[in-house]
Amino acid sequence: MSPPPVEEPLERRAVISGIGQSAVGRRLGRSDLDLTVEAALDAIADAGLSRDDIDGLSTYPGMGAGTPGFGGPPSPEVQDALGLSLNWHDGGGEGPGQMRAVMAAALAVAAGLARHVLVYRTVTEGTAQGAGGRQGIGGSGGGGGGVPRFGSFMQWSLPFGAVSAANWIAMVGQRRVHEFGLTREQLGQIAVNGRRNAALNPKAIYSDPLSLDDYLAARIITTPLCLFDCDAPCDGSTAVIVSHRDVADDLDHPAVQINALGTALRGRPSWDQFDDMTSMAARDAAASMWERTDLKPGDVDTAQLYDGFSVLTIVWLEALGFCGRGESGPFIEGGGAIARDGLLPLNTAGGQLSGGRLHGFGLIHEACVQLRGEGGERQVVRPGGRVPEVAAVANGGGPIAGTMLLTRGVR
Amino acid sequence: MVANGPMLRLLPRLDDDVAFYWTSGEDGVLRLLHCNACGFFIHPPGPVCPRCLSRDVAPEAVSGRGHVETFTVNHQQWIPGSDPYIIAWVSIDEQPDVRLTTNLIDVEPEDVRIGMPVRVVFEQAEDVWLPLFTPEGAS
Repeated sequence: MSPPPVEEPLERRAVISGIGQSAVGRRLGRSDLDLTVEAALDAIADAGLSRDDIDGLSTYPGMGAGTPGFGGPPSPEVQDALGLSLNWHDGGGEGPGQMRAVMAAALAVAAGLARHVLVYRTVTEGTAQGAGGRQGIGGSGGGGGGVPRFGSFMQWSLPFGAVSAANWIAMVGQRRVHEFGLTREQLGQIAVNGRRNAALNPKAIYSDPLSLDDYLAARIITTPLCLFDCDAPCDGSTAVIVSHRDVADDLDHPAVQINALGTALRGRPSWDQFDDMTSMAARDAAASMWERTDLKPGDVDTAQLYDGFSVLTIVWLEALGFCGRGESGPFIEGGGAIARDGLLPLNTAGGQLSGGRLHGFGLIHEACVQLRGEGGERQVVRPGGRVPEVAAVANGGGPIAGTMLLTRGVR
Repeated sequence: MVANGPMLRLLPRLDDDVAFYWTSGEDGVLRLLHCNACGFFIHPPGPVCPRCLSRDVAPEAVSGRGHVETFTVNHQQWIPGSDPYIIAWVSIDEQPDVRLTTNLIDVEPEDVRIGMPVRVVFEQAEDVWLPLFTPEGAS
């Protein structure tokens, strides 16, 4: 069921007026607050604003969330560090993917609760996981206290060793092998394409060449996913300024307008209970976005689609209508359609697989870079020499999904 | 030869609303929460039927038969010391939109097919009976 139609989706009153990003690296050894301040000041300056102009603050996922290095600094710490005086503030981990923080900011701006909202997402998972990589469970650090027991949703998967989102997404992938004949040669193009683009992104975590043969020879994590299907934990912070669209003419670069948000979750909010095992919430988020705009999938000049795991990217390709249901395998086969000069330039900064797990916000940043024509060596140029005018961004996977359509300039 | 599961079973807390489920296998029977008003199986368990909103819900025995909806063979050492093991989503025959995350046991990965019939087998770990599944017809 769709909400009642509106004359104009109010998110269109919001633009991304500035973007910023800290250093990004495998293990920077800097605090999350330090990285956040770097990204925030970069974004504020990019928008041509001063600290005193910022009257809103929003982040994902907020205080106390997740495993070490996952959450970034809570918004009160950032407010205090930057000396912000706020009319509106928000932080949280529930909602339509990581970009929920941008969505909340856009709605706050549209409602007149704030004029310029600083939105950030910071990770220090590279440093937190240490030189030994991700910590296993139960192997060390027990200290004689015994292994803890689990409640809430994790109790349904942990006893069976379904410990990671990698396992859950692998099951989506295997279902796609079964229903649609997806092959590893097809799926591997997401990683290969990301690596090819990452070579032109100076901040990328991995930029050495990756061939399809390299991909096929990589160690298996959980079938059908191999190492290169899983994103690269890193340290870094990304910030954007969400402002009222009436600032667009004051900027020294094109404003990036939020054309439509995709926020729906019409199936069950669960990995193993969602009705369609091959799509999940991406289906609903994408459908709800297209219900709010006259733009069509064919108008999109570049797509920045969540690739925490490669399978999620192909789910988004279908959900957003860039190819038919079940047709993403043939669509990406050979990699031509998703290359920078292809039909749908995809994850042009390398995505999270090679660019680093900036957790959704790296993709938002890159969409703005491309729409502003500031991609340098990796700038997408559309047929006829055109700079991209419409970008689709998607965050999340499984029962967590959000998407938005961005345009160059206010329409 | 793959293992029946991870080398360490991380166990549920047996909170009041789920204890029946995790201990149901003590007598060899799988039970799911069931709506007495409309007959819907509610999983995970909750205080209300999400279909008809009745609060008249109680555990009910099911056959323990189901089908493999999808699976993965885990190789990563999330739990150090584990040999590869098979994780699956199994649908319950009484209501196939209920799926259990589980392990497939006594079967090799190359013999697993999506759609294959399976039946429940319980593995006791401390005070928990974990519902695992094995191919129908296996001994």
